[in-house]
Amino acid sequence: MVNTMKLEIMALGENEAFARSAVAAFALCLNPSFSELSDIKTAVSEAVTNSIVHAYKHSGQHDTLSIECRAEGDEHGGILHITVTDGGCGIADMEKALLPFYTTLENDERSGMGFTIMQTFMDGFSLESEVGKGTKVSMFRKIGKKSVVATMDDVAVKERADAGR
Amino acid sequence: MQILAETQGNVVYLHLRGEIDEHNAHSARTKADRLVERYAGSERAIFDLREVSFMDSTGIGFLIGRYKRFQRFGVPVYLTNPTNSTDKILEMSGIYTLMPKV
Repeated sequence: MVNTMKLEIMALGENEAFARSAVAAFALCLNPSFSELSDIKTAVSEAVTNSIVHAYKHSGQHDTLSIECRAEGDEHGGILHITVTDGGCGIADMEKALLPFYTTLENDERSGMGFTIMQTFMDGFSLESEVGKGTKVSMFRKIGKKSVVATMDDVAVKERADAGR
Repeated sequence: MQILAETQGNVVYLHLRGEIDEHNAHSARTKADRLVERYAGSERAIFDLREVSFMDSTGIGFLIGRYKRFQRFGVPVYLTNPTNSTDKILEMSGIYTLMPKV
């Protein structure tokens, strides 16, 4: 079974809880464990918070971000793909951005752990960004005990994530 | 997110309750800092995380921020009762070297 979902929301702090809960609700079609679900919620929260806090900080207006999910599998498990895309300022130095504890907002009590958490909690991660155009985070997570044969896309994403480490 | 302070002798327990994310950490910071000032004379401070139902990396920043404030008064800070998912993030961040788990 393939199931998809697309969500477009304003980049507002108020939407952080909604975004992670919506993805978690969608993921239920793959019957995830509590711990898988909580990893997914955390990773989504990090990606969405990045877009809300960083992407539109210069323009001062609240633009939109989109979350797309694709579930492949059934109630015994499968694979969940998630992309979070914004049309914001983009990331000038992606290599630095991916380093643990690196943050551009030092005085703001930011931990700088967002991307590290996404990489650790998900099975695949990739980052595309262009200054002035926006940022796209792609992640996937295998769910359940059923062995999942990764598609070629997944392998490419995983390799890019490994190369970025 | 809610914070409740409770004292046992000269030890202050700060009970965190609810979800900790970037959005709701704002108001919690102000309240937590008032509690830090009020209990600045404590022997130690313990954050009880039993009722934290969700936490992302904002929680790490939040705890380190309060830790720094308690440090100014020479009060050591500990963490206790994290749920499995909270523990996973805290463990990963290395925060237990600053605030040991008790």
